[in-house]
Amino acid sequence: MSVRVETLLWLAQRITAAVLAVAVIVHLITIIHAMDGGLSAREIIGRIQGNIAWLAFYVTFVLAVAIHAPIGLRAILREITPLRLGAIDGLMALLCVMLAWSGLRAVFGLYGFAG
Amino acid sequence: MADTLEVSVWRGGEDGRFQIYTVPARDNQTVLDVVTYIQRHVDPTLSYRFACRVGMCGSCAMTVNGKPRWTCRSHAKNVVEQGRLEIAPLRNLRVVKDLAVDMTDFFDKWSRAGGSFQPTKTRHDDFAVVEPGSQERKHAEAGIECIGCGVCYAACDVVAWNKDFLGPAALNRAWTLMNDERDNGKEARLSAVAGDAGCHACHSHQSCVASCPKHLNPTASIAGLKRETVKAALKGTL
Amino acid sequence: MDRIKRPAWPFGAARRHSAYWAFVVHRISGVLLALFLPMHFWSLSLAIQGEAKFDRFLHWADSPLVKASEIGLVILLAAHMMGGLRLLAVEFLPWRDWQKTLIALVFGLSVAVGLAMLLNMI
Repeated sequence: MSVRVETLLWLAQRITAAVLAVAVIVHLITIIHAMDGGLSAREIIGRIQGNIAWLAFYVTFVLAVAIHAPIGLRAILREITPLRLGAIDGLMALLCVMLAWSGLRAVFGLYGFAG
Repeated sequence: MADTLEVSVWRGGEDGRFQIYTVPARDNQTVLDVVTYIQRHVDPTLSYRFACRVGMCGSCAMTVNGKPRWTCRSHAKNVVEQGRLEIAPLRNLRVVKDLAVDMTDFFDKWSRAGGSFQPTKTRHDDFAVVEPGSQERKHAEAGIECIGCGVCYAACDVVAWNKDFLGPAALNRAWTLMNDERDNGKEARLSAVAGDAGCHACHSHQSCVASCPKHLNPTASIAGLKRETVKAALKGTL
Repeated sequence: MDRIKRPAWPFGAARRHSAYWAFVVHRISGVLLALFLPMHFWSLSLAIQGEAKFDRFLHWADSPLVKASEIGLVILLAAHMMGGLRLLAVEFLPWRDWQKTLIALVFGLSVAVGLAMLLNMI
């Protein structure tokens, strides 16, 4: 991987970090608020179902975390495992796709809930 | 203070071991004085490195009670713990013998990081006039007093985890040159210090800052390089 | 340079400063959050399979052990987020000497978030 790509990965992690900082603050407030009186499926689905604002928020959140987490894990794996760099990069690309796919599936599942 | 100090000193190469010496405790003695006492009075085969004894040359750094320090300016009574001193060679560098390490990697990385000045003028030109109050001059000023002792390099965990990492001293040097308006090697230097072996591997542990005997801040210098390399990567010049 | 194995002495002393502890917290919380994330997405995707199934899962999540680990996760999330903001400040803002204050602030606010969650749960 060229130093330019490595540098841009570093930048991507910082940009997504800034996005995630805002998203996590909203998420923490939502969690603590939702905890009041216990969690229920109806409450969670009722909030997100058909709501375009929450959909946009969670899509952004999922995509940012799918970029942010693999770049962080990549640095850790490089430092503490003897794995080859190519193998680590491949694994992390896979993780990125899996996180994005499973996260978006859950978000669209809640948004388009019809049950 | 007790009359004597119990001093464990590393003997041998990488697979050496600690040997215990008893050294008279004095009111005014540096860790380097303690090591010198052992060599002069107890065991003349002890190897270690020093030159100026006044904190200028950067050759006497060792690991003292688990922390890298310049031994010539470290008072024994300030670093002794329960009457004991443990003196070992610097971490992250190959041990030659006893307390002397091979500094080759350390200095090779300085040159790999573009650590030499690239002139824009010749000896026939007039003196360059550098505005003392300029932002660049202030950045250079902040990092320029490095004596190359290797303490930060030994303190850095990223160096230990990633053998290609250029390390705090080399990157700090690169940053001072990036802020030297007379220098002509900036583009090549940014390529040399970017990426996973360069400034972007730094996690801002700041062990370099905590241990630098000259109170420099390599983490701040590395942060400067991170920003400049990102600009270059976006422009496509990296 | 070969990997240097230096068996004998502990190196802990050079790590005894607050920025290093901030790093340790950031790294551990990051790894744990990354491990938690796939489970989180999986449990939410249960909603697609019907409200009843989702509610059964939420009922399971009502046990004290799960509740306790949820508080733990929320604290980890808050700590990682604020520790990350601190790192962004270190890397992108002009250097200042408010480092230790910032680390203390991150620690304090993370505990506060955990407490808020706890109070709302009971």
